[in-house]
Amino acid sequence: MYDVIIIGAGIAGLTSSIYLKRANKNILVLEGNVYGGQIINSSRVENYPGISKITGYEFANNLYNQVKELGVEIKYEMALRIIDGNIKKIITNNNKYECKSIIIATGVTKRKLGIENKYIGKGVSYCATCDGNFYKGKDVAIVGSGNTALEDALYLSNICSKVYIIIRSSNFKGDEILIDEILSHNNVEVLYNSNVTNLFGDNNLERIEINNDYNIDVDGLFIAIGQVPDNDCFKEIIDIDEKGYIKALEDCKTNKDGIFVAGDCRTKKLRQLVTAASDGAIAATEAIKYVGGKK
Amino acid sequence: MKILNDINFNEFINDEKLSVVDFYADWCGPCKMIAPILEELEKELSDVNFGKLNVDGSDISFKYGVMSIPTIMVFKKGDVIKTSTGLVSKDELKNIILNK
Repeated sequence: MYDVIIIGAGIAGLTSSIYLKRANKNILVLEGNVYGGQIINSSRVENYPGISKITGYEFANNLYNQVKELGVEIKYEMALRIIDGNIKKIITNNNKYECKSIIIATGVTKRKLGIENKYIGKGVSYCATCDGNFYKGKDVAIVGSGNTALEDALYLSNICSKVYIIIRSSNFKGDEILIDEILSHNNVEVLYNSNVTNLFGDNNLERIEINNDYNIDVDGLFIAIGQVPDNDCFKEIIDIDEKGYIKALEDCKTNKDGIFVAGDCRTKKLRQLVTAASDGAIAATEAIKYVGGKK
Repeated sequence: MKILNDINFNEFINDEKLSVVDFYADWCGPCKMIAPILEELEKELSDVNFGKLNVDGSDISFKYGVMSIPTIMVFKKGDVIKTSTGLVSKDELKNIILNK
Protein backbone atom coordinates (compact mmCIF):
# COMPACT_ATOMS: atom_id res chain seq x y z
CA MET A 1 0.00 0.00 0.00
CA TYR A 2 1.18 3.49 -0.85
CA ASP A 3 1.19 6.34 1.64
CA VAL A 4 0.03 8.84 -0.97
CA ILE A 5 -1.04 8.54 -4.59
CA ILE A 6 -0.95 11.66 -6.74
CA ILE A 7 -3.29 11.79 -9.70
CA GLY A 8 -1.71 13.93 -12.40
CA ALA A 9 1.91 14.65 -13.40
CA GLY A 10 1.56 18.34 -14.17
CA ILE A 11 3.38 21.03 -12.22
CA ALA A 12 1.20 20.69 -9.09
CA GLY A 13 1.36 16.90 -9.00
CA LEU A 14 5.10 16.69 -9.63
CA THR A 15 5.84 19.41 -7.07
CA SER A 16 3.87 17.51 -4.43
CA SER A 17 5.84 14.37 -5.31
CA ILE A 18 9.10 16.20 -4.49
CA TYR A 19 7.87 17.21 -1.04
CA LEU A 20 6.46 13.75 -0.30
CA LYS A 21 9.52 11.87 -1.50
CA ARG A 22 11.81 14.11 0.53
CA ALA A 23 9.65 13.25 3.56
CA ASN A 24 10.38 9.57 2.81
CA LYS A 25 6.81 8.74 1.92
CA ASN A 26 5.98 5.77 -0.26
CA ILE A 27 4.26 7.40 -3.22
CA LEU A 28 3.00 6.82 -6.74
CA VAL A 29 2.15 9.34 -9.45
CA LEU A 30 -0.54 8.37 -11.95
CA GLU A 31 -0.71 10.20 -15.27
CA GLY A 32 -3.30 9.46 -17.94
CA ASN A 33 -1.62 11.32 -20.76
CA VAL A 34 1.86 12.87 -20.76
CA TYR A 35 3.72 14.57 -17.91
CA GLY A 36 4.15 18.33 -17.75
CA GLY A 37 0.59 19.61 -17.91
CA GLN A 38 -0.47 22.72 -19.83
CA ILE A 39 2.83 24.56 -19.49
CA ILE A 40 4.41 22.47 -22.25
CA ASN A 41 2.36 24.51 -24.72
CA SER A 42 3.96 27.78 -23.64
CA SER A 43 6.80 28.94 -25.83
CA ARG A 44 8.16 31.20 -23.10
CA VAL A 45 7.81 31.43 -19.36
CA GLU A 46 9.09 34.71 -17.94
CA ASN A 47 7.19 35.08 -14.66
CA TYR A 48 8.46 32.20 -12.55
CA PRO A 49 10.59 33.54 -9.67
CA GLY A 50 14.27 32.78 -10.04
CA ILE A 51 14.07 31.79 -13.70
CA SER A 52 14.17 34.80 -16.00
CA LYS A 53 13.37 32.94 -19.21
CA ILE A 54 12.63 29.34 -20.09
CA THR A 55 10.37 27.45 -22.49
CA GLY A 56 7.41 25.58 -21.02
CA TYR A 57 8.82 22.31 -22.35
CA GLU A 58 12.18 22.90 -20.67
CA PHE A 59 10.52 23.82 -17.39
CA ALA A 60 8.37 20.68 -17.41
CA ASN A 61 11.30 18.51 -18.41
CA ASN A 62 13.57 19.94 -15.70
CA LEU A 63 10.90 19.24 -13.10
CA TYR A 64 10.35 15.73 -14.46
CA ASN A 65 14.09 14.98 -14.31
CA GLN A 66 14.25 16.35 -10.75
CA VAL A 67 11.41 14.03 -9.74
CA LYS A 68 12.96 11.00 -11.47
CA GLU A 69 16.31 11.68 -9.80
CA LEU A 70 14.54 11.53 -6.44
CA GLY A 71 13.25 8.09 -7.41
CA VAL A 72 9.55 8.91 -7.72
CA GLU A 73 7.50 6.17 -9.39
CA ILE A 74 5.27 7.39 -12.23
CA LYS A 75 2.78 5.13 -13.97
CA TYR A 76 0.97 6.11 -17.14
CA GLU A 77 -2.54 5.04 -16.27
CA MET A 78 -5.80 6.95 -16.27
CA ALA A 79 -7.49 7.22 -12.87
CA LEU A 80 -11.15 6.43 -13.40
CA ARG A 81 -12.56 6.30 -9.89
CA ILE A 82 -11.74 6.83 -6.23
CA ILE A 83 -13.19 4.74 -3.44
CA ASP A 84 -13.00 6.57 -0.11
CA GLY A 85 -12.41 4.95 3.25
CA ASN A 86 -9.76 4.56 5.90
CA ILE A 87 -7.78 2.84 3.15
CA LYS A 88 -8.50 4.60 -0.12
CA LYS A 89 -8.62 2.89 -3.49
CA ILE A 90 -7.97 4.22 -6.96
CA ILE A 91 -9.25 2.32 -9.97
CA THR A 92 -7.35 3.01 -13.21
CA ASN A 93 -7.79 1.70 -16.74
CA ASN A 94 -5.27 -1.07 -15.89
CA ASN A 95 -5.10 -1.57 -12.15
CA LYS A 96 -6.37 -0.95 -8.68
CA TYR A 97 -4.21 0.76 -6.05
CA GLU A 98 -4.54 1.25 -2.31
CA CYS A 99 -3.25 4.21 -0.34
CA LYS A 100 -3.74 6.21 2.81
CA SER A 101 -4.09 9.58 1.14
CA ILE A 102 -4.74 11.01 -2.32
CA ILE A 103 -3.75 14.26 -4.01
CA ILE A 104 -5.86 15.10 -7.05
CA ALA A 105 -3.90 17.25 -9.50
CA THR A 106 -5.67 16.57 -12.77
CA GLY A 107 -5.27 20.10 -14.11
CA VAL A 108 -7.25 21.45 -17.01
CA THR A 109 -7.51 20.97 -20.74
CA LYS A 110 -8.05 23.49 -23.50
CA ARG A 111 -11.62 24.61 -23.94
CA LYS A 112 -13.10 23.85 -27.33
CA LEU A 113 -15.52 25.94 -29.33
CA GLY A 114 -17.58 22.82 -29.96
CA ILE A 115 -17.98 23.28 -33.70
CA GLU A 116 -14.40 22.68 -34.83
CA ASN A 117 -13.83 18.91 -34.74
CA LYS A 118 -13.93 18.45 -38.52
CA TYR A 119 -11.18 21.01 -39.02
CA ILE A 120 -8.74 20.16 -36.22
CA GLY A 121 -5.36 19.87 -37.92
CA LYS A 122 -6.98 21.18 -41.11
CA GLY A 123 -7.04 24.84 -40.27
CA VAL A 124 -8.02 24.80 -36.61
CA SER A 125 -5.21 24.85 -34.06
CA TYR A 126 -4.83 25.30 -30.31
CA CYS A 127 -1.11 26.10 -30.44
CA ALA A 128 -0.03 29.20 -32.34
CA THR A 129 3.67 28.68 -31.69
CA CYS A 130 3.46 25.08 -32.97
CA ASP A 131 1.42 25.71 -36.09
CA GLY A 132 1.83 29.41 -36.92
CA ASN A 133 4.49 28.72 -39.52
CA PHE A 134 2.03 26.73 -41.64
CA TYR A 135 0.16 30.00 -42.17
CA LYS A 136 3.04 32.17 -43.33
CA GLY A 137 1.66 35.04 -45.43
CA LYS A 138 -1.92 33.90 -44.98
CA ASP A 139 -4.96 35.36 -43.21
CA VAL A 140 -5.86 33.85 -39.85
CA ALA A 141 -8.19 34.47 -36.93
CA ILE A 142 -7.77 34.01 -33.20
CA VAL A 143 -10.70 33.56 -30.91
CA GLY A 144 -10.18 34.60 -27.29
CA SER A 145 -9.47 37.72 -25.26
CA GLY A 146 -7.01 36.63 -22.56
CA ASN A 147 -3.23 36.64 -22.41
CA THR A 148 -2.88 33.43 -24.42
CA ALA A 149 -4.95 34.89 -27.25
CA LEU A 150 -2.96 38.14 -27.13
CA GLU A 151 0.40 36.37 -27.13
CA ASP A 152 -0.77 34.17 -29.99
CA ALA A 153 -1.92 37.24 -31.91
CA LEU A 154 1.45 38.94 -31.41
CA TYR A 155 3.28 35.86 -32.60
CA LEU A 156 1.02 35.37 -35.63
CA SER A 157 1.04 39.06 -36.62
CA ASN A 158 4.73 38.69 -37.39
CA ILE A 159 4.17 35.66 -39.63
CA CYS A 160 0.73 36.08 -41.18
CA SER A 161 -0.59 38.61 -43.62
CA LYS A 162 -3.69 39.50 -41.59
CA VAL A 163 -4.78 38.54 -38.08
CA TYR A 164 -8.36 38.91 -36.86
CA ILE A 165 -8.93 38.72 -33.11
CA ILE A 166 -12.45 37.64 -32.30
CA ILE A 167 -13.64 38.49 -28.80
CA ARG A 168 -17.04 37.97 -27.24
CA SER A 169 -17.24 41.19 -25.25
CA SER A 170 -16.17 44.77 -25.85
CA ASN A 171 -12.97 44.38 -23.82
CA PHE A 172 -9.83 42.29 -23.70
CA LYS A 173 -9.14 40.38 -20.51
CA GLY A 174 -5.37 40.24 -20.87
CA ASP A 175 -2.52 42.43 -19.60
CA GLU A 176 -2.45 46.09 -20.66
CA ILE A 177 1.12 45.81 -21.92
CA LEU A 178 0.07 43.10 -24.37
CA ILE A 179 -3.11 44.88 -25.45
CA ASP A 180 -1.21 48.08 -26.26
CA GLU A 181 1.36 46.14 -28.23
CA ILE A 182 -1.16 44.18 -30.24
CA LEU A 183 -3.26 47.24 -31.10
CA SER A 184 -0.17 48.92 -32.54
CA HIS A 185 0.15 46.27 -35.25
CA ASN A 186 -1.30 47.38 -38.60
CA ASN A 187 -2.25 43.90 -39.77
CA VAL A 188 -4.37 43.13 -36.70
CA GLU A 189 -8.12 43.75 -36.70
CA VAL A 190 -10.22 43.20 -33.58
CA LEU A 191 -13.81 42.04 -33.96
CA TYR A 192 -15.50 43.00 -30.68
CA ASN A 193 -18.82 41.56 -29.45
CA SER A 194 -18.34 38.69 -31.85
CA ASN A 195 -18.83 34.94 -31.73
CA VAL A 196 -17.69 32.30 -34.17
CA THR A 197 -20.95 30.62 -35.16
CA ASN A 198 -19.90 28.30 -37.99
CA LEU A 199 -16.91 27.03 -39.93
CA PHE A 200 -16.78 26.33 -43.66
CA GLY A 201 -14.41 24.68 -46.12
CA ASP A 202 -14.41 21.62 -48.38
CA ASN A 203 -11.50 19.81 -46.81
CA ASN A 204 -9.54 22.51 -45.03
CA LEU A 205 -10.97 25.53 -43.27
CA GLU A 206 -11.70 28.36 -45.71
CA ARG A 207 -13.96 30.79 -43.89
CA ILE A 208 -15.65 31.39 -40.57
CA GLU A 209 -19.06 32.78 -39.81
CA ILE A 210 -19.39 35.58 -37.26
CA ASN A 211 -22.58 36.18 -35.22
CA ASN A 212 -24.69 34.12 -37.68
CA ASP A 213 -24.34 37.16 -39.88
CA TYR A 214 -21.28 37.46 -42.10
CA ASN A 215 -18.24 35.42 -43.14
CA ILE A 216 -14.55 36.20 -43.12
CA ASP A 217 -12.08 34.30 -45.28
CA VAL A 218 -9.25 32.75 -43.28
CA ASP A 219 -6.94 29.76 -43.70
CA GLY A 220 -6.41 29.27 -40.00
CA LEU A 221 -8.38 29.61 -36.79
CA PHE A 222 -6.48 29.58 -33.50
CA ILE A 223 -8.56 28.85 -30.44
CA ALA A 224 -7.50 30.37 -27.11
CA ILE A 225 -10.70 30.59 -25.09
CA GLY A 226 -9.41 29.30 -21.80
CA GLN A 227 -9.40 25.95 -20.14
CA VAL A 228 -11.75 23.50 -18.51
CA PRO A 229 -11.23 20.98 -15.70
CA ASP A 230 -12.19 17.34 -16.05
CA ASN A 231 -13.17 16.01 -12.64
CA ASP A 232 -16.41 14.27 -13.50
CA CYS A 233 -15.07 10.88 -12.45
CA PHE A 234 -14.60 12.13 -8.87
CA LYS A 235 -17.89 13.96 -8.44
CA GLU A 236 -19.67 11.14 -6.64
CA ILE A 237 -17.48 11.63 -3.58
CA ILE A 238 -15.74 14.97 -3.99
CA ASP A 239 -17.49 18.36 -3.95
CA ILE A 240 -17.14 20.11 -7.27
CA ASP A 241 -18.37 23.58 -8.23
CA GLU A 242 -20.67 24.38 -11.14
CA LYS A 243 -17.71 24.86 -13.49
CA GLY A 244 -16.19 21.49 -12.62
CA TYR A 245 -13.42 22.65 -10.27
CA ILE A 246 -12.82 20.72 -7.06
CA LYS A 247 -13.85 22.81 -4.08
CA ALA A 248 -11.06 23.62 -1.62
CA LEU A 249 -9.49 26.63 0.07
CA GLU A 250 -5.80 27.47 0.15
CA ASP A 251 -5.17 24.50 2.46
CA CYS A 252 -6.03 22.23 -0.50
CA LYS A 253 -8.38 20.09 1.63
CA THR A 254 -11.41 18.63 -0.13
CA ASN A 255 -14.63 17.63 1.64
CA LYS A 256 -13.12 14.17 2.30
CA ASP A 257 -10.48 13.59 4.97
CA GLY A 258 -7.16 12.60 3.46
CA ILE A 259 -8.08 13.62 -0.10
CA PHE A 260 -6.40 16.80 -1.23
CA VAL A 261 -6.50 18.83 -4.43
CA ALA A 262 -3.68 20.83 -6.01
CA GLY A 263 -3.19 23.06 -9.01
CA ASP A 264 -5.45 24.26 -11.80
CA CYS A 265 -8.23 21.76 -11.04
CA ARG A 266 -8.94 23.46 -7.68
CA THR A 267 -11.33 26.38 -7.14
CA LYS A 268 -9.03 29.41 -7.06
CA LYS A 269 -8.63 32.89 -8.46
CA LEU A 270 -5.22 32.66 -10.09
CA ARG A 271 -4.09 29.70 -12.18
CA GLN A 272 -0.38 30.13 -12.81
CA LEU A 273 2.75 28.02 -12.78
CA VAL A 274 3.73 29.50 -9.42
CA THR A 275 0.32 28.85 -7.83
CA ALA A 276 0.32 25.26 -9.14
CA ALA A 277 3.72 24.68 -7.57
CA SER A 278 2.52 26.34 -4.37
CA ASP A 279 -0.54 24.07 -4.20
CA GLY A 280 1.68 21.05 -4.75
CA ALA A 281 3.78 21.96 -1.72
CA ILE A 282 0.74 22.69 0.47
CA ALA A 283 -1.18 19.55 -0.51
CA ALA A 284 1.91 17.41 0.07
CA THR A 285 2.51 18.95 3.49
CA GLU A 286 -1.12 18.38 4.47
CA ALA A 287 -0.95 14.79 3.18
CA ILE A 288 2.24 14.18 5.19
CA LYS A 289 0.45 15.45 8.31
CA TYR A 290 -2.59 13.29 7.58
CA VAL A 291 -0.60 10.12 6.91
CA GLY A 292 1.60 10.75 9.97
CA GLY A 293 -1.44 11.10 12.18
CA LYS A 294 -2.76 7.71 11.07
CA LYS A 295 0.15 5.70 12.45
CA MET B 1 14.14 6.91 -35.37
CA LYS B 2 15.27 7.34 -38.93
CA ILE B 3 15.75 10.96 -39.92
CA LEU B 4 13.67 11.55 -43.02
CA ASN B 5 14.12 14.10 -45.78
CA ASP B 6 12.95 14.79 -49.34
CA ILE B 7 15.34 12.14 -50.68
CA ASN B 8 14.63 9.12 -48.48
CA PHE B 9 10.96 9.76 -47.58
CA ASN B 10 9.27 7.77 -50.38
CA GLU B 11 11.45 4.76 -49.94
CA PHE B 12 10.70 4.78 -46.20
CA ILE B 13 6.91 4.89 -46.49
CA ASN B 14 6.80 2.32 -49.31
CA ASP B 15 8.43 -0.38 -47.21
CA GLU B 16 6.65 -3.72 -46.73
CA LYS B 17 6.43 -3.04 -42.98
CA LEU B 18 4.19 -0.41 -41.40
CA SER B 19 5.93 2.96 -41.30
CA VAL B 20 5.29 5.63 -38.72
CA VAL B 21 6.26 9.23 -39.51
CA ASP B 22 6.54 11.93 -36.84
CA PHE B 23 6.06 15.37 -38.44
CA TYR B 24 7.72 17.78 -36.03
CA ALA B 25 9.63 21.03 -35.66
CA ASP B 26 12.19 22.28 -33.16
CA TRP B 27 9.98 25.20 -32.10
CA CYS B 28 7.13 22.95 -30.96
CA GLY B 29 6.96 21.95 -27.26
CA PRO B 30 4.39 19.15 -27.63
CA CYS B 31 6.59 17.66 -30.40
CA LYS B 32 9.44 17.38 -27.90
CA MET B 33 7.12 15.63 -25.45
CA ILE B 34 5.96 13.03 -27.96
CA ALA B 35 9.46 12.23 -29.30
CA PRO B 36 10.58 10.03 -26.35
CA ILE B 37 7.22 8.20 -26.45
CA LEU B 38 7.84 7.29 -30.09
CA GLU B 39 11.35 6.16 -29.23
CA GLU B 40 9.93 3.83 -26.57
CA LEU B 41 7.38 2.43 -29.02
CA GLU B 42 10.11 1.89 -31.58
CA LYS B 43 11.83 -0.45 -29.12
CA GLU B 44 8.60 -2.31 -28.37
CA LEU B 45 7.27 -2.66 -31.92
CA SER B 46 10.05 -4.29 -33.89
CA ASP B 47 7.79 -4.89 -36.90
CA VAL B 48 7.21 -1.18 -37.43
CA ASN B 49 9.53 1.41 -39.00
CA PHE B 50 9.81 4.72 -37.16
CA GLY B 51 10.99 7.95 -38.78
CA LYS B 52 10.81 11.66 -38.16
CA LEU B 53 10.51 14.54 -40.58
CA ASN B 54 11.33 18.12 -39.66
CA VAL B 55 8.56 20.16 -41.31
CA ASP B 56 10.79 23.24 -41.31
CA GLY B 57 12.12 23.56 -44.83
CA SER B 58 10.43 20.45 -46.23
CA ASP B 59 7.62 20.38 -48.81
CA ILE B 60 6.55 16.87 -47.82
CA SER B 61 4.40 18.07 -44.92
CA PHE B 62 2.60 20.38 -47.37
CA LYS B 63 2.03 17.47 -49.76
CA TYR B 64 0.41 15.43 -47.00
CA GLY B 65 -1.67 18.37 -45.75
CA VAL B 66 0.05 18.65 -42.39
CA MET B 67 -1.04 21.96 -40.81
CA SER B 68 -0.62 21.11 -37.15
CA ILE B 69 2.22 19.46 -35.26
CA PRO B 70 2.96 17.03 -33.84
CA THR B 71 1.22 14.94 -36.50
CA ILE B 72 1.84 11.22 -36.57
CA MET B 73 1.03 9.39 -39.81
CA VAL B 74 0.99 5.63 -40.27
CA PHE B 75 1.81 4.40 -43.78
CA LYS B 76 1.26 1.01 -45.35
CA LYS B 77 3.02 0.48 -48.68
CA GLY B 78 2.91 4.18 -49.40
CA ASP B 79 -0.67 4.88 -48.34
CA VAL B 80 -1.68 6.85 -45.25
CA ILE B 81 -3.81 4.55 -43.13
CA LYS B 82 -3.97 6.57 -39.90
CA THR B 83 -3.32 10.15 -38.81
CA SER B 84 -3.08 11.55 -35.29
CA THR B 85 -2.70 15.23 -34.46
CA GLY B 86 -1.51 16.64 -31.14
CA LEU B 87 0.04 15.19 -28.02
CA VAL B 88 -1.38 11.79 -27.08
CA SER B 89 -0.44 9.20 -24.48
CA LYS B 90 1.79 6.22 -25.21
CA ASP B 91 -1.11 3.75 -24.98
CA GLU B 92 -3.23 5.81 -27.31
CA LEU B 93 -0.40 6.14 -29.82
CA LYS B 94 0.27 2.42 -29.68
CA ASN B 95 -3.39 1.72 -30.44
CA ILE B 96 -3.33 4.15 -33.34
CA ILE B 97 -0.25 2.49 -34.83
CA LEU B 98 -1.59 -1.03 -34.37
CA ASN B 99 -5.02 0.12 -35.61
CA LYS B 100 -6.80 -1.16 -32.50
